[in-house]
Parts: sequence; C-alpha cells; structure tokens
Amino acid sequence: MIETDILIIGAGPTGLFAVFEAGLLKLKCHLIDALPQAGGQCSEIYPKKPIYDIPGFPEVLAGDLVTNLMEQIKPFQPGFTLGERAETIEKLEDGSFIVTTTKGTKHHAPIVAIAGGLGSFEPRKPLLENLNKFEDNGVAYMIKDPGVYRDKKVVIAGGGDSALDWSIFLANVASEVTLVHRRNEFRGALDSVEKVQELKNQGRINLITPAEVIGLHGENSLESVLIRKTTNAIQDITLEVDAFIPLFGLSPKLGPIGDWGLEIDKNAIKVDTFDYQTNISGIYAIGDVNTYPGKLKLILCGFHEATLMCQSAYQKIFPDKKYVMKYTTVGGVNGFDGSRKEAPKAVVKAID
Amino acid sequence: MSDVKIKITDRDGVAHEIDAPTDMNMNLMEVVRSYELAPEGTIGICGGMAMCASCQCYIESDHELPKMSDEEEAMLSEAFNVKDNSRLGCQLHITEAMDGLAVELAPEEV
Repeated sequence: MIETDILIIGAGPTGLFAVFEAGLLKLKCHLIDALPQAGGQCSEIYPKKPIYDIPGFPEVLAGDLVTNLMEQIKPFQPGFTLGERAETIEKLEDGSFIVTTTKGTKHHAPIVAIAGGLGSFEPRKPLLENLNKFEDNGVAYMIKDPGVYRDKKVVIAGGGDSALDWSIFLANVASEVTLVHRRNEFRGALDSVEKVQELKNQGRINLITPAEVIGLHGENSLESVLIRKTTNAIQDITLEVDAFIPLFGLSPKLGPIGDWGLEIDKNAIKVDTFDYQTNISGIYAIGDVNTYPGKLKLILCGFHEATLMCQSAYQKIFPDKKYVMKYTTVGGVNGFDGSRKEAPKAVVKAID
Repeated sequence: MSDVKIKITDRDGVAHEIDAPTDMNMNLMEVVRSYELAPEGTIGICGGMAMCASCQCYIESDHELPKMSDEEEAMLSEAFNVKDNSRLGCQLHITEAMDGLAVELAPEEV
C-alpha cells in the first residue's frame, strides 16, 4: 500500500504544480497517471507546440513546461504510479481513501485531488462490427510484449508514428507484416517512413494503401481480415492473419472516475470554487477536469486551483493547526530531500 | 457585415440556423461550442490543433473552402466515419465567403 498525504490523479501540469504547493505546506504527494510518462496532454499530444499564456513565459514549449515543473517539484520527492489508470475508490471510516489502479496498485491518503484533465487516454478503436469478440483474441490496441507475435502473421492499421515504428520492429519478429493505411502518405518521422519504404522494397513489409480493414473473421479467435482498397471496392482482399493491431492513436475518456459518485456536468466534475472540493468531502477536482460557473480550461487557472486546493487540504488534515501563507521569497523552499532554496540576505553595512 | 449565416445539423439530426461572427477570430468548431450544439467535452477536445477528430463535420453545401493543411489531412486519414466531404471544424476559419454554409456534425467517436 502506497501511503501519502495528497493522492493526485493525473500527472499533467496542474497535478504536478499541486505537488509544489503541497510541499510548501509539508504535505507529501503521490501521482497516478494512465500514461507511461508525466505531463498529460502537454507530453502526449503537443510536446513540441508553444504555449504563450503561462505567466512569466512569453513562449514555452509544452514539453519544456513539463520538464520545468518536474524540476520545480523535485525537492518534494513526489511518488509516481505511471501507466496505470485509477479504477476504484473506497472511503474508509476515518474519512481517508483507498484508490486502486487497473493493475491492482493500492494507494491510501486522507485527500484525493483529481487532476484528470480530459480523462485517461484510451486507444481509439476502429468501428468494426465484431471487434469486441476478438479483443485479446487476436486484436490488440497496444503492443506490450512484441514476443507474442513471433512467427505470426500480423496486420497493422494506421498512418502515424506508432504504426510505422511497430511495422518496422515486427518485420524482424513476425513471419508476415502487413501495414494498411487509408492514404498513401504517412505522418511520421522521416527516417521511419524511409525505413518502411526500404522494408517494403525488400518484400518484408506488405503495404496496402489506400485501404481499410473492414471486417474481422474467425471461429473463436481471429483468422482473417477483410481489406478494402478505398480506390476500388471490387478488389476486396481476404488476408489470413493471427493478429490485427489497429494503431489509431489515443483519445481521452473520463473513464471510471465518472462512476465514483461525483457530481458530473458536461463531462466534467462539479466543484465549489471556494476550495475546488467536489460533492464528496476530501475529494477535490482541479484543472481541466472540473467545472464551475465561469470555468476556463487554461493551465494557469489549473495552477491557481491547485494552490487553493492545497490550503483546504491542509486544513482538513490538520483542523487544529493555525497557518498563514508564507511567500517563497520570505520562507524559501525546504525540500523533503534536505535541500533548501532561499533568497540571499540583504547586506547591512554602513557607508563611511 | 460581420456575421454570416451557417446551417449546422447537430448529432441528433436537428438543424440550427445560426449567426457566426467573422470578426472574432473564430473557427467552426468554436462556433458550434459557443452555441452549445454539441455537449462540452465531446467536441474540440484537443483545443483546435487538428490533433483529434472530435470536430469532424460533413460539408453539405458547395462552398469553396480553404484547402486542407497536411495536418488536417493526416488527422482525417486516421479518423472514423470519414466521408469525401469531411473537414475538421477547427481548421475552418469563419469568413464572409462562408455565408450560407451548411454542415452536419459527424457522430461522436466512442
């Protein structure tokens, strides 16, 4: 069981900054995120895009903002459970919570702060009639262990980096790799595109474009797929395969948090703007995941919400303690790792 | 003139005749959101970067629209429910040439 003071669900910019504000109050944080890396949308969707409305940064790349936040919170030694989605929540008699992830990792904390953004990123699934039937039975949306495709016939669909990279990788593992994409053009790193071209020329990747997988067939597990050339429907191809891997990127879904008994409005969690607490005492929602009159989904608003949330969380954990906010310029930053940052003292010296 | 008339058919098949401003630096996805013709959180998820297809729509009138950028074309090539007349609303900047435009919102991806 992972123990912490504030359990933050979502390691995007808002969740990361909450660690800093909590740290100033000597509260420890642990973050859970479904993605394998911190940063949320900033890392997953647009790491190379500039943001112009972070106060004090005329321009900052989303990826750099995450790097900076990670540096800023380092002294407060946050814990991370990455690549696992928060699945269930249980309120104990003492008012604290246990949150369990998809992989069964348990976290215990008196305060839960949901900084879930748009939700957890789930693979986008193609619209195929009997797709469910073959899930984990020939159809996979993520490649966890490439070894399972050894000497198998594999069809990959998609036109982005992951479709290209996995086609290249599996060309050395699988007995047959077919890449199906709706266009002739691929969107990916130039060397990946060139490598696929090379493997195609060598006959090691079977490229079918512009085309789409339109049907899945098999008795119990996947046995063949039906591929339609989008230029010519008469040319439908039935291809015998062991595995079909659609790689169409990720899209965010609110997911299981939607079933935690929280008040939801317009796909977001309703909060009280006094402290960004939800209808369940001890559970807060900050950043893009929350809603209230006048809500703006901006990173800078998430930072503000995270700050007020930490103050309220402190009061909840220590109801009898008196506290006044201290400026970092005055109080410095005392890391849990023993580090200390402080403003240099002014020199007091007489001038003759 | 700073407003144009646009006919937007929502995901339930209901047609809305709305006024879209040409002087507010808005795109079609933002117009749909401002009139709340699709629930928040189901449209414009990526914020307008052509990085999701939640604002996909079908162009029903024969207006000449600006050419697709590579980014829009690439995104649509991986989206679902795509037709020949598909566009991403976020890439369609509202201009006076769009007066009388008719579009239908593509179904939500689930």
